[in-house]
Amino acid sequence: MINVESLTKSYGSFTAVDNVSFTAAPGRVTGFLGPNGAGKSTTMRVMVGLTAPGSGEVRVLGRRFRDLPDPGREVGVLLDASAQHAGRTGREILTIAALTMGLPRTRVDEMLERVSLTPDEASRRVRNYSLGMRQRLGIGTALLGDPEVLILDEPANGLDPAGIRWMRDLLREFADQGGTVLLSSHLLHEIEVIADDIVVIGNGRIVAQGTKDELLAGAGTLVRAGDGTSLASALTAAGITARPTSGGAVLAEADLTRVGQAAFAAGIAVTELRAADGAGLEEMFLALTAESQRESVSHTTPSTEGAAA
Amino acid sequence: MSTATLVPTPAAAVPETTRTRPAPAPIPFRRVLQVELRKMFDTRTGFWLMASIVIASVIATVLTIILGNRDDLSFDAFAAAVGSPMSIVLPVIGVLAVTSEWSQRTALTTFTLVPSRPRVLAAKLVDAVVIGAISMLVALGIGAVGNLVTAMITGNDAVWNISAGTFAQIVLANELGMLLGFALGLLFRNSPAAIVGYFVIIMVLPGLSGALAAAQPWWSDNAGWFELNDTRYLLFDGSLTSTDWAQLGVTSILWIVLPLLAGLRLVLRSEVK
Repeated sequence: MINVESLTKSYGSFTAVDNVSFTAAPGRVTGFLGPNGAGKSTTMRVMVGLTAPGSGEVRVLGRRFRDLPDPGREVGVLLDASAQHAGRTGREILTIAALTMGLPRTRVDEMLERVSLTPDEASRRVRNYSLGMRQRLGIGTALLGDPEVLILDEPANGLDPAGIRWMRDLLREFADQGGTVLLSSHLLHEIEVIADDIVVIGNGRIVAQGTKDELLAGAGTLVRAGDGTSLASALTAAGITARPTSGGAVLAEADLTRVGQAAFAAGIAVTELRAADGAGLEEMFLALTAESQRESVSHTTPSTEGAAA
Repeated sequence: MSTATLVPTPAAAVPETTRTRPAPAPIPFRRVLQVELRKMFDTRTGFWLMASIVIASVIATVLTIILGNRDDLSFDAFAAAVGSPMSIVLPVIGVLAVTSEWSQRTALTTFTLVPSRPRVLAAKLVDAVVIGAISMLVALGIGAVGNLVTAMITGNDAVWNISAGTFAQIVLANELGMLLGFALGLLFRNSPAAIVGYFVIIMVLPGLSGALAAAQPWWSDNAGWFELNDTRYLLFDGSLTSTDWAQLGVTSILWIVLPLLAGLRLVLRSEVK
């Protein structure tokens, strides 16, 4: 259980996290989705006490993180798999964590097996690890204390497809046993396949949150024509709330029949007409990404036709 | 934001079930001490720094036997010989105890497992002081063996011309150097900067102070109240007057305690990334 309440963090005049509130519930995997630089990592660092919040607070299992008596045994944290001493072996890193939590050494071997690091790999120095192996080691460190809550920042980075599948199953099982999982990603697909709840953050603000089903259902219709802007005006004139997105596509809040008739009445040739199916989330996410990438304007770039996916 | 048309639907209200298990017992300080001690030895750098205490002491002792005038050698010569490499190795251990957390970014894990930063730093400080004391005992022990070997070679009786008091002062002098390294480590949180800082303080400042003293009679009379090295080196020579001790106290506050407190404040406020 993680409660984030009105969290704000500024660096000078730049607001990295702006009044963010959400809850990650037990028994569910909560996906924290946003483009790079949206404020995910800052929010997660505040969660575990590495960064002081400007205002607002985060409670994990009902307490501020720093008030947890032995945090490793209640909250498993992986913020950056590369933040390990390059000169220590994988086994040594787990041993240090086990000693800190007062766990028996046998727990280290159990965990190495659980994250599929062979004894040979475990005795190598982390300097020689691939990013995927570091992620496995990091997930091992997070799981070591048999916590109730997992906080993972981009844990799928560097994992191969089999590794991603492995992690997905592992997190699913963790949540099914009543654990709370919060994981961040900048990839919508990654979050889609694993999360029960989704929190979308962009430019430090929460732009959408809810269950995956709610967000992906994305009420409405996607309609496309040669000129999206005039199509949108025509639909608006017909009393339908409509918003042009990219490549001539328009998201309209009405059923297929009404949208199709309105376009026909306006004399606009429609090239695509279908239920939006999460296109709302995807379009929004693409727009957010484009904004953070500054150099491109998504509205004029046909390559951002994510809605067709 | 024009794109935010999806109405944010707050996640379904969840009952305030905060935990399903009893909270674990708090981490005892003993455990933090043990873990931080292990972390000083368990990398190649750490291992070789510790090993270099023994290796450097043996080399210094052997060189003293080979190069020294053996008929005149006494324990204080060996103590001085093993002391000089210690004045370099121990401060570096003090610096790295702190800075490696930042240079290797292990602070992320360390402070998420033990969120109380003062506790972690206190454990490191205690460990460093203990390592300093043990290292000095080992080094002086090796020096003592050298003294015995010299006696065997020359056939003279070994001369033990260091009192327990002087012995303790030599240990104190090196501990102060180590604490200075630790304080600089906290202040800079960057290994090269802290190590260079240490050598500037012990090698460059005495020269500057000497130059200033030559030009300024006032500084010449009062430098002992400001310059750590002057009084610290007296510790190696034996007797200190009460003024010397007072100067040692004042300069230690100035050069060790204040940087330590300033560094602590910075670490407590800083963001760990």
